[in-house]
Amino acid sequence: MAKKLKTVHKDLLTLAILAALYAVLAVLLYSGAMSRQLMNMLIPVSMYVVMAVSLNLVVGLLGELSLGHAGFMSLGLFSGCLLSLFLNGQVPEIVRIPLSMLAGGLVAAIGGLIVGLPALRLRGDYLAIVTLACCEIIKSVITNLNFTGGALGLNTAPVYTNAKHLLPYAAVLVLITALVMMNLKRSKQGRAIMSIRDNRIAAESVGINVTYYKLAVFVLAAFFAGAAGALYGHCFANVKAVSFDYNVSIEILVIVVLGGMGSIGGSVVAAIVLRTLPEMLREFQNFRMLVYAIVLILVMLATNNPRLKQFFAGLHPGTLWKKWKAGRIKEKEAGSHE
Amino acid sequence: MSEKNRLVDAPSHVKLLERDLDKRPILECMHLGIDFGGLHAVEDLNITIGPTEISGLIGPNGAGKTTVFNLLTKVYEPTGGVIMIDGVDTRGKSTAQISHMGVARTFQNIRLFNHMSVLENVTAAMDARLKYGFGSSIFRLPAYWREEKRAREEARELLNAFGMSKEEETPAGSLPYGEQRRLEIVRALATKPRILLLDEPAAGMNPSETRELMENIRWIRETFNTAIFLIEHDMKLVMEVCDGIMVLNFGRVIAKGTPKDIQNDPQVIEAYLGRKKEAQHG
Repeated sequence: MAKKLKTVHKDLLTLAILAALYAVLAVLLYSGAMSRQLMNMLIPVSMYVVMAVSLNLVVGLLGELSLGHAGFMSLGLFSGCLLSLFLNGQVPEIVRIPLSMLAGGLVAAIGGLIVGLPALRLRGDYLAIVTLACCEIIKSVITNLNFTGGALGLNTAPVYTNAKHLLPYAAVLVLITALVMMNLKRSKQGRAIMSIRDNRIAAESVGINVTYYKLAVFVLAAFFAGAAGALYGHCFANVKAVSFDYNVSIEILVIVVLGGMGSIGGSVVAAIVLRTLPEMLREFQNFRMLVYAIVLILVMLATNNPRLKQFFAGLHPGTLWKKWKAGRIKEKEAGSHE
Repeated sequence: MSEKNRLVDAPSHVKLLERDLDKRPILECMHLGIDFGGLHAVEDLNITIGPTEISGLIGPNGAGKTTVFNLLTKVYEPTGGVIMIDGVDTRGKSTAQISHMGVARTFQNIRLFNHMSVLENVTAAMDARLKYGFGSSIFRLPAYWREEKRAREEARELLNAFGMSKEEETPAGSLPYGEQRRLEIVRALATKPRILLLDEPAAGMNPSETRELMENIRWIRETFNTAIFLIEHDMKLVMEVCDGIMVLNFGRVIAKGTPKDIQNDPQVIEAYLGRKKEAQHG
């Protein structure tokens, strides 16, 4: 029982840290102490956090490689922005943006279902290729439709808002995504999904409906990607489908892998670091991407080293808290012995 | 041992335990077969297992024993014949549905959920019996707490019965070999099976562990009220534990009966040891 409670506490701690982080950012933002550069990064980084945490459901928990996450995001972005443009001026912003996020999520979820159905028969590399292709198909379709603005892109200037308006929505979306993933991980569905990852045949043999859970994972991950996309669309005056190609998918995958498969906190940290890194490396000008690649390799090596892994695990706030508490108990005991 | 523990002939040429005669067989196969592109891996297989029987399936390597298990659990779809679980036809059913019908199994090469804890391995097997949906998990509705509590309690009880309650939080992959085998049985029992298929449960065990396993198998039958169908190479275990034995060779049943019948069956001796004449020539 005690162990179970501890894991729940760890989840709560991660959520609390996330909430505190957003509170600090909000204070900085609304008091005007935040630099322009950071302000412009707030929403994209939040979006990447949501994308990484939701992709972690597919890659970390289900253990399948999906390279189509940008496609779902793109679906959500365009459908959400279209709805937002349609509702613009008719309903207040506080209703319009959540509604567009919900719509974006739902459309992406339907997309996830459509992609998921044929992809269910595939595993591993083949699934990765099919999701990659789906991502490209989504991109091409959106580029060639008239109502999405075609190759010129959708003019979202009427609904464009800055980070000051969008931050609360981003914070809520990030917290909800993290909460949903954490709750799911520690439920019968989470166990079923992980058991499929660990051994599909054994999972089937104990009565787990593999098809159902795989599909559910695809739909759920696509939903959050879509919702994040809809929000993301609001911080541009013009959105083009071509900017959400497989490079974005792979970038999200890199975040998930670096953050640790199945680790929600890890995904959050990795998303923040990897998205701010290129900005911080601006001084290096031409060598920027080279340095970025080297840093990536170094992080990869570091996280694969057992000793360093232990070191990083020791840095987890939950572990630090436990150590501190254990130390206090020891002190008390020592005190009572005297 | 009462009189009723004898194997007797039942109508339509099947052998059943006397105490199971008036009960519906838990597993019935008729003319079951599968071809792998012209190779008849299993052919014309007839099995009848009563609800309280411990039945053994033996045979030389490559005889098709594990294939039989894979057919029964629908890992392979049979190319011929019928499988009935408790009188219900299983045609078109998936592996998961077979499990819901009350068939649980273990694997020859252990297949645990290695990265999940021991407790999670057991509760994962209760998936179909826990009645709450995605909504309850995400929003932590009362159904979630109620069902999870039930799952944990049941799983702990099972683990306790098998002396594994200390390892609850250990990842299944880092358990020692013997315990991994035991956990597979616990996981199978967590599905509340009516028949338990054990694929070489004694493989890799030393004599004292095997003896313990024999007792466990009988105890499982009594405690969990389930029939047991096992594949095993350890003859001592098979002869001592099983009520009835089937011998498979080249995908066909060559003998069927009590342990004593099997020991004296010339065809079985031939399958295992070869023909006498050949031995002399050799």
